[in-house]
Amino acid sequence: MSLAQRAREVAATVPDPELPMLTLDDLGILRDVTADGARVVVSLSPTYTGCPALREMSADVSRRLAAAGFAEVEVRTVLSPAWSSDWITAEGRRKLAAAGIAPPGPAPRRGAGPVPLTLTVGRTGVTCPACGSPDTGLTAAFSATACKDLYRCRACSEPFEHVKEI
Amino acid sequence: MGFDTAYEAIAEESGDQRWAFGTGFSGPLTGVDTAVPAGVAGADLAAYCLMLGDDALIMSHRLQEWLARAPELEEETALANIALDLLGQAQLLLARAGQADGSGRSEDDFAFGRAEREFRNVVLTEVTDADFGGLIARLLVFSTWRLALLDRLRSARDPVLAAVAAKGVKEVAYHRDYAAQWLLRLAGGTEYSRGRMVAGLAAVAPLVAELFSCTEVERGLAAAQVAVDPASLRAEYDSVIASVLDLARLAWPDAPGLAGATVERGAAGLRGAVGERGRDGVHTEAMGDLLAELQSVARAYPGGTW
Repeated sequence: MSLAQRAREVAATVPDPELPMLTLDDLGILRDVTADGARVVVSLSPTYTGCPALREMSADVSRRLAAAGFAEVEVRTVLSPAWSSDWITAEGRRKLAAAGIAPPGPAPRRGAGPVPLTLTVGRTGVTCPACGSPDTGLTAAFSATACKDLYRCRACSEPFEHVKEI
Repeated sequence: MGFDTAYEAIAEESGDQRWAFGTGFSGPLTGVDTAVPAGVAGADLAAYCLMLGDDALIMSHRLQEWLARAPELEEETALANIALDLLGQAQLLLARAGQADGSGRSEDDFAFGRAEREFRNVVLTEVTDADFGGLIARLLVFSTWRLALLDRLRSARDPVLAAVAAKGVKEVAYHRDYAAQWLLRLAGGTEYSRGRMVAGLAAVAPLVAELFSCTEVERGLAAAQVAVDPASLRAEYDSVIASVLDLARLAWPDAPGLAGATVERGAAGLRGAVGERGRDGVHTEAMGDLLAELQSVARAYPGGTW
Protein backbone atom coordinates (compact mmCIF):
# COMPACT_ATOMS: atom_id res chain seq x y z
CA MET A 1 0.00 0.00 0.00
CA SER A 2 1.38 3.41 -0.91
CA LEU A 3 2.09 6.16 1.56
CA ALA A 4 -0.86 8.18 0.27
CA GLN A 5 -3.22 5.21 0.62
CA ARG A 6 -2.10 4.55 4.17
CA ALA A 7 -2.47 8.23 5.04
CA ARG A 8 -5.91 8.29 3.47
CA GLU A 9 -7.03 5.39 5.64
CA VAL A 10 -6.04 7.34 8.74
CA ALA A 11 -7.52 10.66 7.58
CA ALA A 12 -10.77 8.97 6.55
CA THR A 13 -11.46 7.85 10.12
CA VAL A 14 -11.38 11.36 11.60
CA PRO A 15 -14.86 12.19 12.93
CA ASP A 16 -16.76 15.41 12.34
CA PRO A 17 -16.67 17.22 15.71
CA GLU A 18 -20.29 18.33 15.40
CA LEU A 19 -21.67 15.13 13.86
CA PRO A 20 -19.34 12.63 15.56
CA MET A 21 -21.16 9.60 14.11
CA LEU A 22 -19.83 10.64 10.69
CA THR A 23 -16.25 10.58 9.42
CA LEU A 24 -14.80 13.19 7.08
CA ASP A 25 -15.07 10.58 4.33
CA ASP A 26 -18.78 9.93 5.04
CA LEU A 27 -19.42 13.66 4.87
CA GLY A 28 -17.63 14.00 1.53
CA ILE A 29 -15.28 16.74 2.69
CA LEU A 30 -12.08 14.67 2.44
CA ARG A 31 -11.22 15.70 -1.09
CA ASP A 32 -7.79 14.25 -1.66
CA VAL A 33 -4.77 12.69 0.04
CA THR A 34 -1.46 12.75 -1.81
CA ALA A 35 2.15 12.07 -0.89
CA ASP A 36 5.13 14.09 -1.99
CA GLY A 37 8.13 12.13 -0.76
CA ALA A 38 7.59 11.80 2.99
CA ARG A 39 5.19 14.72 3.01
CA VAL A 40 1.45 13.99 3.15
CA VAL A 41 -0.98 16.57 1.78
CA VAL A 42 -4.64 16.30 2.83
CA SER A 43 -7.25 18.44 1.05
CA LEU A 44 -10.50 19.30 2.82
CA SER A 45 -13.58 21.27 1.69
CA PRO A 46 -15.62 23.32 4.14
CA THR A 47 -19.34 22.47 4.18
CA TYR A 48 -20.26 26.10 4.92
CA THR A 49 -17.81 29.01 4.69
CA GLY A 50 -18.10 29.90 8.36
CA CYS A 51 -18.25 26.36 9.71
CA PRO A 52 -15.94 26.40 12.76
CA ALA A 53 -15.68 22.61 12.64
CA LEU A 54 -13.31 22.79 9.67
CA ARG A 55 -10.51 24.19 11.82
CA GLU A 56 -11.04 21.49 14.39
CA MET A 57 -11.04 18.85 11.64
CA SER A 58 -7.78 20.16 10.18
CA ALA A 59 -6.14 20.03 13.59
CA ASP A 60 -7.55 16.53 14.15
CA VAL A 61 -6.27 15.23 10.80
CA SER A 62 -2.77 16.55 11.52
CA ARG A 63 -2.81 15.08 15.01
CA ARG A 64 -3.99 11.62 13.96
CA LEU A 65 -1.57 11.41 11.06
CA ALA A 66 1.28 12.48 13.33
CA ALA A 67 0.23 9.83 15.85
CA ALA A 68 0.21 7.24 13.03
CA GLY A 69 3.83 8.08 12.25
CA PHE A 70 3.52 10.51 9.36
CA ALA A 71 6.22 13.06 10.06
CA GLU A 72 5.24 15.81 7.66
CA VAL A 73 1.56 16.66 7.17
CA GLU A 74 -0.05 19.59 5.42
CA VAL A 75 -3.81 20.22 5.43
CA ARG A 76 -5.12 22.30 2.55
CA THR A 77 -8.45 24.01 2.10
CA VAL A 78 -10.24 23.44 -1.21
CA LEU A 79 -12.83 26.12 -1.90
CA SER A 80 -13.78 25.17 -5.43
CA PRO A 81 -15.93 23.36 -6.37
CA ALA A 82 -18.07 24.19 -3.35
CA TRP A 83 -19.17 21.28 -1.15
CA SER A 84 -22.58 19.84 -1.92
CA SER A 85 -24.78 17.73 0.35
CA ASP A 86 -24.87 15.29 -2.60
CA TRP A 87 -21.32 14.31 -1.62
CA ILE A 88 -22.46 12.67 1.62
CA THR A 89 -21.90 8.95 0.99
CA ALA A 90 -24.54 6.21 1.23
CA GLU A 91 -22.83 5.06 4.43
CA GLY A 92 -22.96 8.64 5.75
CA ARG A 93 -26.69 8.83 5.01
CA ARG A 94 -27.31 5.54 6.79
CA LYS A 95 -25.40 6.75 9.87
CA LEU A 96 -27.29 10.07 9.91
CA ALA A 97 -30.67 8.33 9.82
CA ALA A 98 -29.56 5.88 12.53
CA ALA A 99 -28.65 8.88 14.71
CA GLY A 100 -32.12 10.40 14.22
CA ILE A 101 -31.06 13.00 11.64
CA ALA A 102 -32.87 12.95 8.29
CA PRO A 103 -30.32 12.80 5.46
CA PRO A 104 -30.59 15.36 2.64
CA GLY A 105 -32.49 14.79 -0.60
CA PRO A 106 -30.91 15.75 -3.93
CA ALA A 107 -29.38 19.25 -3.97
CA PRO A 108 -31.32 21.79 -6.03
CA ARG A 109 -30.18 22.06 -9.64
CA ARG A 110 -29.96 25.54 -11.03
CA GLY A 111 -31.01 26.54 -14.49
CA ALA A 112 -29.92 29.67 -16.30
CA GLY A 113 -30.93 33.08 -14.98
CA PRO A 114 -31.09 34.56 -11.48
CA VAL A 115 -31.24 32.37 -8.36
CA PRO A 116 -34.95 31.66 -7.84
CA LEU A 117 -36.64 32.95 -4.70
CA THR A 118 -38.30 30.27 -2.55
CA LEU A 119 -41.33 31.45 -0.61
CA THR A 120 -42.81 28.08 0.31
CA VAL A 121 -41.77 26.87 3.74
CA GLY A 122 -39.87 23.58 3.91
CA ARG A 123 -39.74 20.76 1.39
CA THR A 124 -41.88 17.69 0.94
CA GLY A 125 -40.54 14.16 1.01
CA VAL A 126 -38.45 14.49 4.18
CA THR A 127 -38.92 11.17 5.94
CA CYS A 128 -39.13 10.96 9.73
CA PRO A 129 -36.04 9.07 10.95
CA ALA A 130 -38.01 7.78 13.97
CA CYS A 131 -41.11 6.22 12.35
CA GLY A 132 -40.46 6.49 8.62
CA SER A 133 -43.53 8.61 7.88
CA PRO A 134 -43.23 11.10 5.00
CA ASP A 135 -45.84 13.32 6.70
CA THR A 136 -43.43 15.90 8.12
CA GLY A 137 -43.16 19.69 8.21
CA LEU A 138 -40.45 22.30 8.69
CA THR A 139 -40.40 23.99 12.10
CA ALA A 140 -37.25 26.10 11.67
CA ALA A 141 -35.12 26.84 8.63
CA PHE A 142 -31.92 26.87 10.72
CA SER A 143 -30.63 24.65 13.49
CA ALA A 144 -27.76 24.08 15.90
CA THR A 145 -25.22 23.71 13.10
CA ALA A 146 -24.96 25.49 9.76
CA CYS A 147 -25.77 22.34 7.77
CA LYS A 148 -29.14 21.42 9.33
CA ASP A 149 -32.72 22.63 9.76
CA LEU A 150 -35.55 21.38 12.00
CA TYR A 151 -38.59 19.29 11.11
CA ARG A 152 -41.41 17.67 13.00
CA CYS A 153 -43.20 14.43 12.19
CA ARG A 154 -46.98 14.76 12.06
CA ALA A 155 -47.46 11.01 12.45
CA CYS A 156 -45.39 10.34 15.59
CA SER A 157 -44.93 13.99 16.71
CA GLU A 158 -41.18 13.55 16.99
CA PRO A 159 -39.10 16.67 16.21
CA PHE A 160 -35.91 15.95 14.29
CA GLU A 161 -33.01 17.57 12.47
CA HIS A 162 -32.52 17.30 8.71
CA VAL A 163 -29.38 18.02 6.70
CA LYS A 164 -30.09 20.87 4.29
CA GLU A 165 -29.72 20.33 0.56
CA ILE A 166 -27.04 22.61 -0.89
CA MET B 1 -14.10 11.09 34.30
CA GLY B 2 -14.82 14.23 36.22
CA PHE B 3 -13.56 17.45 34.77
CA ASP B 4 -13.47 20.82 36.44
CA THR B 5 -14.61 22.59 33.32
CA ALA B 6 -16.28 21.72 30.04
CA TYR B 7 -13.18 23.04 28.32
CA GLU B 8 -11.04 20.47 30.09
CA ALA B 9 -13.34 17.68 28.95
CA ILE B 10 -13.05 18.77 25.34
CA ALA B 11 -9.31 19.22 25.49
CA GLU B 12 -8.64 15.91 27.21
CA GLU B 13 -8.39 13.50 24.31
CA SER B 14 -6.02 15.60 22.28
CA GLY B 15 -4.11 17.14 25.14
CA ASP B 16 -4.32 20.21 22.94
CA GLN B 17 -5.17 23.30 24.96
CA ARG B 18 -7.19 24.84 22.20
CA TRP B 19 -10.30 23.97 20.25
CA ALA B 20 -12.39 25.01 17.28
CA PHE B 21 -13.59 28.32 18.62
CA GLY B 22 -10.28 29.72 19.81
CA THR B 23 -7.76 31.69 17.83
CA GLY B 24 -4.29 30.97 16.58
CA PHE B 25 -5.26 28.49 13.86
CA SER B 26 -3.65 28.67 10.47
CA GLY B 27 -5.22 31.00 7.93
CA PRO B 28 -8.47 30.20 6.12
CA LEU B 29 -6.79 30.18 2.71
CA THR B 30 -4.15 27.56 3.56
CA GLY B 31 -3.27 25.67 0.41
CA VAL B 32 -5.44 27.81 -1.86
CA ASP B 33 -3.64 29.20 -4.91
CA THR B 34 -3.51 32.90 -4.13
CA ALA B 35 -1.63 34.36 -7.11
CA VAL B 36 -3.09 37.69 -8.24
CA PRO B 37 -4.48 37.37 -11.81
CA ALA B 38 -2.33 38.84 -14.59
CA GLY B 39 -2.93 42.48 -15.39
CA VAL B 40 -4.61 43.23 -12.05
CA ALA B 41 -3.10 45.59 -9.47
CA GLY B 42 -2.85 43.83 -6.12
CA ALA B 43 -3.85 47.02 -4.30
CA ASP B 44 -7.08 47.26 -6.30
CA LEU B 45 -7.97 43.64 -5.74
CA ALA B 46 -7.30 44.10 -2.02
CA ALA B 47 -9.50 47.20 -1.90
CA TYR B 48 -12.32 45.28 -3.56
CA CYS B 49 -11.96 42.32 -1.18
CA LEU B 50 -12.18 44.77 1.72
CA MET B 51 -15.44 46.21 0.37
CA LEU B 52 -17.13 42.83 0.09
CA GLY B 53 -15.44 41.50 3.23
CA ASP B 54 -16.38 44.50 5.34
CA ASP B 55 -20.00 44.30 4.14
CA ALA B 56 -20.12 40.73 5.44
CA LEU B 57 -18.20 41.43 8.66
CA ILE B 58 -20.26 44.44 9.72
CA MET B 59 -23.61 42.92 8.74
CA SER B 60 -22.61 39.80 10.66
CA HIS B 61 -21.83 41.85 13.75
CA ARG B 62 -25.18 43.62 13.66
CA LEU B 63 -26.94 40.25 13.30
CA GLN B 64 -25.02 38.90 16.28
CA GLU B 65 -26.37 41.77 18.36
CA TRP B 66 -29.82 40.23 17.91
CA LEU B 67 -28.85 37.14 19.88
CA ALA B 68 -30.87 37.02 23.11
CA ARG B 69 -33.15 39.72 21.66
CA ALA B 70 -34.95 37.88 18.85
CA PRO B 71 -38.70 37.24 19.20
CA GLU B 72 -38.32 33.44 19.28
CA LEU B 73 -35.57 30.91 19.90
CA GLU B 74 -35.84 29.66 16.30
CA GLU B 75 -35.15 33.16 14.99
CA GLU B 76 -32.10 33.49 17.22
CA THR B 77 -30.76 30.30 15.70
CA ALA B 78 -31.55 31.59 12.23
CA LEU B 79 -29.87 34.94 12.78
CA ALA B 80 -26.83 33.28 14.39
CA ASN B 81 -26.47 30.97 11.38
CA ILE B 82 -26.79 33.82 8.89
CA ALA B 83 -24.24 35.82 10.88
CA LEU B 84 -21.88 32.83 10.89
CA ASP B 85 -22.12 32.35 7.12
CA LEU B 86 -21.32 36.03 6.60
CA LEU B 87 -18.47 35.91 9.08
CA GLY B 88 -17.00 32.99 7.14
CA GLN B 89 -17.22 34.98 3.91
CA ALA B 90 -15.60 37.97 5.63
CA GLN B 91 -12.77 35.79 6.91
CA LEU B 92 -11.86 34.57 3.42
CA LEU B 93 -12.24 37.97 1.77
CA LEU B 94 -10.17 39.83 4.37
CA ALA B 95 -7.48 37.14 4.26
CA ARG B 96 -7.46 37.51 0.48
CA ALA B 97 -7.04 41.29 0.84
CA GLY B 98 -3.95 40.79 2.99
CA GLN B 99 -2.36 38.58 0.35
CA ALA B 100 -3.33 40.70 -2.61
CA ASP B 101 -1.89 43.93 -1.19
CA GLY B 102 1.33 42.17 -0.28
CA SER B 103 1.12 43.21 3.37
CA GLY B 104 0.47 39.69 4.63
CA ARG B 105 -2.07 41.06 7.09
CA SER B 106 -4.47 38.43 8.45
CA GLU B 107 -8.24 38.69 8.58
CA ASP B 108 -7.92 39.46 12.30
CA ASP B 109 -5.49 42.32 11.59
CA PHE B 110 -8.07 43.87 9.28
CA ALA B 111 -11.08 43.29 11.52
CA PHE B 112 -9.51 44.34 14.79
CA GLY B 113 -6.71 46.69 13.80
CA ARG B 114 -8.25 49.23 11.46
CA ALA B 115 -9.75 52.60 12.31
CA GLU B 116 -13.30 53.52 11.27
CA ARG B 117 -12.13 55.52 8.25
CA GLU B 118 -10.44 52.40 6.82
CA PHE B 119 -13.61 50.29 6.72
CA ARG B 120 -15.20 50.03 3.26
CA ASN B 121 -18.64 48.59 4.04
CA VAL B 122 -21.79 50.18 2.67
CA VAL B 123 -23.72 52.18 5.28
CA LEU B 124 -26.69 49.78 5.01
CA THR B 125 -24.71 47.13 6.89
CA GLU B 126 -23.76 49.29 9.89
CA VAL B 127 -27.02 50.90 10.98
CA THR B 128 -28.96 49.56 13.95
CA ASP B 129 -32.45 48.13 13.63
CA ALA B 130 -35.37 49.71 15.47
CA ASP B 131 -37.09 46.33 15.76
CA PHE B 132 -37.45 42.92 14.11
CA GLY B 133 -39.42 44.41 11.20
CA GLY B 134 -36.53 46.81 10.61
CA LEU B 135 -34.07 43.93 10.64
CA ILE B 136 -36.12 41.90 8.14
CA ALA B 137 -36.33 44.88 5.76
CA ARG B 138 -32.57 45.43 5.98
CA LEU B 139 -31.75 41.74 5.63
CA LEU B 140 -33.99 41.37 2.58
CA VAL B 141 -32.37 44.35 0.86
CA PHE B 142 -28.85 43.24 1.81
CA SER B 143 -29.22 39.59 0.84
CA THR B 144 -31.08 40.33 -2.41
CA TRP B 145 -28.29 42.69 -3.44
CA ARG B 146 -25.43 40.48 -2.26
CA LEU B 147 -26.89 37.37 -3.88
CA ALA B 148 -27.13 39.12 -7.26
CA LEU B 149 -23.55 40.32 -6.78
CA LEU B 150 -22.06 36.97 -5.73
CA ASP B 151 -23.91 35.17 -8.49
CA ARG B 152 -22.14 37.30 -11.09
CA LEU B 153 -18.84 37.14 -9.25
CA ARG B 154 -18.75 33.33 -9.70
CA SER B 155 -17.20 33.91 -13.10
CA ALA B 156 -14.65 36.46 -11.86
CA ARG B 157 -11.11 36.02 -13.18
CA ASP B 158 -9.74 35.87 -9.64
CA PRO B 159 -10.06 32.22 -8.58
CA VAL B 160 -10.37 33.04 -4.87
CA LEU B 161 -13.17 35.57 -5.39
CA ALA B 162 -14.91 33.17 -7.77
CA ALA B 163 -14.73 30.33 -5.23
CA VAL B 164 -15.92 32.49 -2.32
CA ALA B 165 -18.78 33.71 -4.51
CA ALA B 166 -19.83 30.23 -5.66
CA LYS B 167 -20.02 29.07 -2.07
CA GLY B 168 -21.64 32.29 -0.88
CA VAL B 169 -24.44 32.04 -3.44
CA LYS B 170 -25.72 28.87 -1.79
CA GLU B 171 -25.63 30.50 1.62
CA VAL B 172 -27.07 33.91 0.77
CA ALA B 173 -29.90 32.40 -1.30
CA TYR B 174 -31.05 30.82 1.95
CA HIS B 175 -30.74 34.14 3.82
CA ARG B 176 -32.83 35.91 1.21
CA ASP B 177 -35.55 33.24 1.38
CA TYR B 178 -35.64 33.62 5.15
CA ALA B 179 -36.03 37.41 5.02
CA ALA B 180 -38.62 37.28 2.23
CA GLN B 181 -40.70 34.69 4.07
CA TRP B 182 -40.64 36.81 7.23
CA LEU B 183 -41.61 39.93 5.31
CA LEU B 184 -44.68 38.13 3.98
CA ARG B 185 -45.56 36.85 7.45
CA LEU B 186 -45.26 40.27 9.09
CA ALA B 187 -47.07 42.06 6.27
CA GLY B 188 -49.88 39.50 6.34
CA GLY B 189 -50.13 39.31 10.14
CA THR B 190 -51.78 41.95 12.29
CA GLU B 191 -52.16 45.62 11.58
CA TYR B 192 -49.34 46.21 14.04
CA SER B 193 -46.90 43.75 12.45
CA ARG B 194 -47.70 45.16 9.01
CA GLY B 195 -47.06 48.67 10.35
CA ARG B 196 -43.65 47.59 11.68
CA MET B 197 -42.75 46.11 8.29
CA VAL B 198 -43.76 49.32 6.52
CA ALA B 199 -41.67 51.35 8.98
CA GLY B 200 -38.72 48.99 8.45
CA LEU B 201 -38.82 49.49 4.69
CA ALA B 202 -39.04 53.25 5.14
CA ALA B 203 -35.98 53.22 7.40
CA VAL B 204 -33.89 51.24 4.93
CA ALA B 205 -35.01 53.02 1.75
CA PRO B 206 -32.57 55.97 1.91
CA LEU B 207 -29.63 53.53 2.16
CA VAL B 208 -30.36 51.59 -1.02
CA ALA B 209 -28.89 53.97 -3.62
CA GLU B 210 -25.35 53.44 -2.33
CA LEU B 211 -25.55 49.73 -3.13
CA PHE B 212 -25.64 50.40 -6.86
CA SER B 213 -23.11 53.20 -7.06
CA CYS B 214 -19.74 52.25 -8.53
CA THR B 215 -16.34 53.27 -7.17
CA GLU B 216 -13.28 53.81 -9.36
CA VAL B 217 -11.77 50.56 -8.10
CA GLU B 218 -14.88 48.57 -8.96
CA ARG B 219 -15.10 50.16 -12.39
CA GLY B 220 -11.50 49.26 -13.21
CA LEU B 221 -11.73 45.73 -11.89
CA ALA B 222 -15.08 45.13 -13.58
CA ALA B 223 -13.47 46.03 -16.91
CA ALA B 224 -10.78 43.43 -16.14
CA GLN B 225 -13.52 40.88 -15.28
CA VAL B 226 -12.41 40.62 -11.67
CA ALA B 227 -15.28 42.56 -10.09
CA VAL B 228 -18.95 43.27 -10.72
CA ASP B 229 -20.20 46.76 -11.53
CA PRO B 230 -22.92 47.16 -8.88
CA ALA B 231 -25.04 49.24 -11.25
CA SER B 232 -25.55 46.05 -13.29
CA LEU B 233 -27.37 44.45 -10.33
CA ARG B 234 -30.17 46.96 -10.19
CA ALA B 235 -32.63 45.26 -12.55
CA GLU B 236 -32.43 41.90 -10.82
CA TYR B 237 -32.63 43.52 -7.41
CA ASP B 238 -35.68 45.58 -8.36
CA SER B 239 -37.47 42.59 -9.81
CA VAL B 240 -36.92 40.39 -6.73
CA ILE B 241 -37.96 43.12 -4.29
CA ALA B 242 -41.01 43.95 -6.41
CA SER B 243 -42.11 40.31 -6.51
CA VAL B 244 -41.95 40.03 -2.70
CA LEU B 245 -43.68 43.37 -2.13
CA ASP B 246 -46.42 42.48 -4.65
CA LEU B 247 -47.22 39.32 -2.73
CA ALA B 248 -47.25 41.30 0.50
CA ARG B 249 -49.39 44.02 -1.12
CA LEU B 250 -46.87 46.60 -0.07
CA ALA B 251 -45.30 49.42 -2.07
CA TRP B 252 -41.66 50.45 -1.91
CA PRO B 253 -41.63 53.64 0.20
CA ASP B 254 -40.76 56.98 -1.29
CA ALA B 255 -37.48 57.97 0.28
CA PRO B 256 -37.74 61.61 1.29
CA GLY B 257 -35.13 63.77 -0.37
CA LEU B 258 -33.96 60.93 -2.60
CA ALA B 259 -36.64 60.96 -5.28
CA GLY B 260 -35.69 58.68 -8.13
CA ALA B 261 -33.14 56.96 -5.86
CA THR B 262 -30.34 57.46 -8.34
CA VAL B 263 -28.15 59.47 -6.00
CA GLU B 264 -24.57 58.75 -6.89
CA ARG B 265 -22.69 59.60 -3.73
CA GLY B 266 -23.77 60.39 -0.21
CA ALA B 267 -27.16 59.82 1.34
CA ALA B 268 -29.29 62.58 2.79
CA GLY B 269 -29.79 62.59 6.53
CA LEU B 270 -26.58 60.71 7.26
CA ARG B 271 -23.57 62.11 8.99
CA GLY B 272 -20.43 62.37 6.93
CA ALA B 273 -19.10 64.68 4.32
CA VAL B 274 -21.28 65.35 1.32
CA GLY B 275 -20.16 63.36 -1.68
CA GLU B 276 -18.67 60.52 0.31
CA ARG B 277 -20.06 57.33 1.74
CA GLY B 278 -19.29 53.96 3.32
CA ARG B 279 -17.26 52.70 0.38
CA ASP B 280 -15.00 55.75 0.80
CA GLY B 281 -14.65 55.14 4.54
CA VAL B 282 -17.22 57.71 5.61
CA HIS B 283 -19.61 56.13 8.07
CA THR B 284 -22.55 57.01 10.28
CA GLU B 285 -22.40 57.55 14.01
CA ALA B 286 -23.54 53.97 14.55
CA MET B 287 -20.29 52.63 13.12
CA GLY B 288 -18.21 54.04 15.97
CA ASP B 289 -20.25 52.18 18.58
CA LEU B 290 -20.11 49.01 16.54
CA LEU B 291 -16.32 49.06 16.17
CA ALA B 292 -15.80 49.94 19.82
CA GLU B 293 -17.45 46.67 20.75
CA LEU B 294 -16.10 44.58 17.88
CA GLN B 295 -12.52 45.58 18.63
CA SER B 296 -12.65 45.91 22.42
CA VAL B 297 -10.99 42.61 23.34
CA ALA B 298 -8.36 42.79 20.62
CA ARG B 299 -7.45 46.34 21.67
CA ALA B 300 -7.35 45.49 25.38
CA TYR B 301 -5.12 42.45 24.79
CA PRO B 302 -3.08 43.16 21.64
CA GLY B 303 -1.94 39.94 19.97
CA GLY B 304 -3.75 37.80 22.51
CA THR B 305 -4.81 34.27 21.56
CA TRP B 306 -7.16 31.87 23.32
